[in-house]
Amino acid sequence: MMFIDPHAHMISRVTDDYEAMAKAGVVAVIEPAFWLGQPRTHVATYIDYLSSIIGFERFRAGQFGIRHYCTIGLNSKEANNEELAEAVMEILPQFALKEGVVAIGEIGYDEQTELEDKYFRAQLELAKELDLPVMIHTPHRDKKRGTSRSMDVCIEHGMDPSKIIVDHNNEETVREVLDRGFWAAFSIYPSTKMGNSRMVDILAEYGAERIMVDSACDWGISEPLGVAKTAALALERGIPEENVRLVCYQNALDAYGQSGQMKEEDWLNPPPVDQRGLYEGNSVLRGGREPLIEDDTDKRTLNNLIIE
Amino acid sequence: MNKTTATGFLDTILKERLPADQYTWLLERLALLNNEDSLRNIHITYGLIPRRLGRQDLAATSEESATADSLVKGWKLSDWSIDMTARVMLLCTIAQQTNRDFAKLFKSMCQTADLGETISLYRGIALYPQSEELDKQIGEGLRTNMRAVFEAIAHNNPYPATHFSELRWNHMVLKALFVDSTLYPIQGLEERCNPELARILCDYAHERWSANRAVTPELWRCVGPFASDNMIDDLQRALESDVSVEQQGALLALSGCPDPRAEKLLENYPEQTRKVANGELSWDSVARQINQLA
Repeated sequence: MMFIDPHAHMISRVTDDYEAMAKAGVVAVIEPAFWLGQPRTHVATYIDYLSSIIGFERFRAGQFGIRHYCTIGLNSKEANNEELAEAVMEILPQFALKEGVVAIGEIGYDEQTELEDKYFRAQLELAKELDLPVMIHTPHRDKKRGTSRSMDVCIEHGMDPSKIIVDHNNEETVREVLDRGFWAAFSIYPSTKMGNSRMVDILAEYGAERIMVDSACDWGISEPLGVAKTAALALERGIPEENVRLVCYQNALDAYGQSGQMKEEDWLNPPPVDQRGLYEGNSVLRGGREPLIEDDTDKRTLNNLIIE
Repeated sequence: MNKTTATGFLDTILKERLPADQYTWLLERLALLNNEDSLRNIHITYGLIPRRLGRQDLAATSEESATADSLVKGWKLSDWSIDMTARVMLLCTIAQQTNRDFAKLFKSMCQTADLGETISLYRGIALYPQSEELDKQIGEGLRTNMRAVFEAIAHNNPYPATHFSELRWNHMVLKALFVDSTLYPIQGLEERCNPELARILCDYAHERWSANRAVTPELWRCVGPFASDNMIDDLQRALESDVSVEQQGALLALSGCPDPRAEKLLENYPEQTRKVANGELSWDSVARQINQLA
């Protein structure tokens, strides 16, 4: 089965992770622009970071046969540094139309401050102008209210819910997100967000429509095989295969494919023009070069299925 | 060369290929260059070009290729695409605006470009107004880790042969080998050969041999004209290779080598020497074999 991980901060991961993901069936990842664990203090650092995720990281993923996409945005934490935020807003149009940018994101609220609100709204307007989907980061604290508020603001700005992916959902938020017509993403992230056993229960209850699973793997203790492991566990527990395919592959493609920047043929049948960009294809149809994976006993395998 | 003419030539190529509505869109976007918010428009236009015009191969005709070469010697359109052509045309148009510091803009665009954008920026370097700042940025481009970016500068591009210092030129040729690229698409390769490069390449060949790795036969092309003493020994080693294409490279290099020992070595290969003389064996034929192996 092929998987898409629609939220993975690969810039923080090592090549072992790319190898393990490719081996587990991940054909594409989406890397949202995010907070690096400590605040950036200059816009220039931001520029170099955004350049990395549209440039070298994309190239690096390609070397392992994985297609790399990203989202561009000012995250909610750094929106609180007004000087930085103003400067970042100015450079976003320069990045948002790069090849493989599938959304404006991840944006939204952290502490739900006024500045966060201001730049969330400004970025929704940018997404509208450039006709791009939006990836919303819902806050860790006061999550339920923050999630509702994020959706309220989207509606207030005239956004179409079918172009908005609300991420980091849990049992408390999922109902409202789905009822209001938004996409509901779940980050299978150890300890803090969602475990995959709980996720399977949600799939059993809500089905597969507009739901997607991601790993949100980053610089913290996280699991780049979150999507593949959830798929395996769901199948083991009797979730229909088609539903697993939807939440671990197709829905992410449908939601972010609305950008026009992400197509199944990118990995199934890379166009010849790709030779100019030297994508090391993990092509299913054309039999491109397989990623080199040396060690079968690698610690990152599907043997250890449960993520708590 | 007339750089205004180069812009006009790119315009003609695009007009002949693009559907009317796409061509009109491009002209409308170019007209925005004179607006107040022109910098934002430049970035957005540069980003939108492949989305609006597609990324098909340009598939230049032989007449067009000849025109390109007559405008700028060594300018090849063989690996150009539609979006690349439109992007370079946009850059050339911007470069002609007298009120703008083009090299500064070029640098800033390179700093934030995606892969396709980067390749287009560097593909056009022979067509922009030359400056020290542009040259510095091209040096930055050569330091890339991404082979496609390196090749946008090094391959089928007339800029390096006409502008690079010997140090940078030699470094580029050596880097091409290090990143598993090829030498034959480098324009002016033979004209810019020099004794220092020949020495560097022989050292490199020894490193490869010590590590039991193959040495590309193309390398000897830059060694032949300057080979004597130990370098002839190196050529002899390649000549005695049991890989046919490696032997061919050594034969060609020895044929172009003025040292008397070269002639002596070739006496043992009368049949192959005849093929070199009649053009049956050439650096082009070696390149074709390498291309097939890749």
